[in-house]
Amino acid sequence: MTIEEFGRRLRAREITSAQVTEQCLQRIEADNARLNAFILVMADEARQQAREADRQLAAGHDLGSLHGVPISVKDLFDIRGTPTTAASRVRDGHVAERDAPAIAHLRQAGAVFVGKTNLHEFAFGTTNEDSAFGPARNPHDASRSPGGSSGGSAASVAAGMALATLGTCTGGSIRIPAAACGIVGLKPSYGEVSTEGIVPLSRTFDHAGPLAQTVTDASLVYHALLGDAVATPPAPMPVRGMRLAVPRRYFCDLLDNDVRARFEEALSRLRDAGAHVADIDLRHAADIAAIYLIIVLADAAEYHAATLETMPERYTAPVRLRLEMGRYVLAEDYVRALAGREVLRREVDAALAQHDALVLPTLPIPAPPIGATTVKVGATSEPMRNVMLRLTQLFNVTGHPAISMPVGLTSSGLPCGLQLVGGRGQTDVLVRVALACEPYAISGSSPRSGRLGG
Amino acid sequence: MKIDAWLQNAVADAERRGVPELKPLLETLAKTIATLRAGDFNVNASTDRRVPGPEPR
Repeated sequence: MTIEEFGRRLRAREITSAQVTEQCLQRIEADNARLNAFILVMADEARQQAREADRQLAAGHDLGSLHGVPISVKDLFDIRGTPTTAASRVRDGHVAERDAPAIAHLRQAGAVFVGKTNLHEFAFGTTNEDSAFGPARNPHDASRSPGGSSGGSAASVAAGMALATLGTCTGGSIRIPAAACGIVGLKPSYGEVSTEGIVPLSRTFDHAGPLAQTVTDASLVYHALLGDAVATPPAPMPVRGMRLAVPRRYFCDLLDNDVRARFEEALSRLRDAGAHVADIDLRHAADIAAIYLIIVLADAAEYHAATLETMPERYTAPVRLRLEMGRYVLAEDYVRALAGREVLRREVDAALAQHDALVLPTLPIPAPPIGATTVKVGATSEPMRNVMLRLTQLFNVTGHPAISMPVGLTSSGLPCGLQLVGGRGQTDVLVRVALACEPYAISGSSPRSGRLGG
Repeated sequence: MKIDAWLQNAVADAERRGVPELKPLLETLAKTIATLRAGDFNVNASTDRRVPGPEPR
């Protein structure tokens, strides 16, 4: 059930929030041992919130599109009275004193919080494997990663444990798991959604945003995160005449064959529907990974420096080592990376001055097996982390809004993602483009959503 | 600081601090820094032109 459908049926008195919340809690009870999507299940609080939502609606107080909607929350956001673990033993004993502003906005909008979801420790990874609570698993194949770092969040929606979820994104942590689990993930423009009350990874690149089953649902949660719970989704942009740009070099050089096929098929359907699809070149694409890495390492090291000294054994070993790397980044290289960021930002701005959106795959490969450290793509073997971040990290560097939507399945039934990127500060325009492209992203014979449960 | 000198110092410091397993990661980071310094967005103080850095990739 989508948020849209939930809202219609709730207001038609066909269902109650309490009933749908109970169904989500039952899915969690049935599947969480297998998927490890949740670190904390807030069953009692959720039931109470749902009953209150039903009571308010019966009394004529309609809080908007998220009224009574069961939502899960990445365990990086502060929810008052609950621990924010960041999937790390470093945070043992922490209890949030107040809601993060993003959570406060959803609470005001009447959302029901079913629990806090698993993630890559401190959001510093793309597979969700390094977590103090064990790896989250992909509902499409539990031997595979759900992506990361918001892996438990994506798994919770794909498995029917929540209607939507909140994630964070520093290099792709909303779009990567959305693609791996076959759902929609929206990274708004940088700075739009408050990251206060969220454990940081890189304050330069951190974003917060929704993962949901459809673009409309993602848009509804995005607006609620901004404090606008009564917003209606914008109208789709007409596909005929829409100008889409494909940054071929670098972004399409290293793709799994099935991912490439699903992407090209979607482009073909969009062309047939009247969209203008042109190839473009981002001249400094080869510099993206270096610019991203230097900044994120140094930013993360600054936040973790004290605990790396006092409690290093409480980190998982891979995350501790990555954080330690950042302590050796020189200031001159950090400033070089900031200069490089401006160059990349101008290049993406220039491309978008001529087009409504960039279009590219989200993830070069389908969800990888848990434990894999390298992946063979075509003839080359690459480090997993580099491949996972390759197509998403640029738009964290530049701050442009980006969205991933399902674009079909591989021959072995794993989801693939299509990514659209819009102008800075124009997330709603991007949503209009995405609403228009969504019907063409998946062929008529394929399942429309990656959701498996409920 | 030249990258070779930086790497030598960083590896020695990591070993002194009891984190010798950082060495391969620091070697990878050295390659990343070399890529960054070779970017044509770096400024040369003698000309103020944005030119490739002193340690080409």
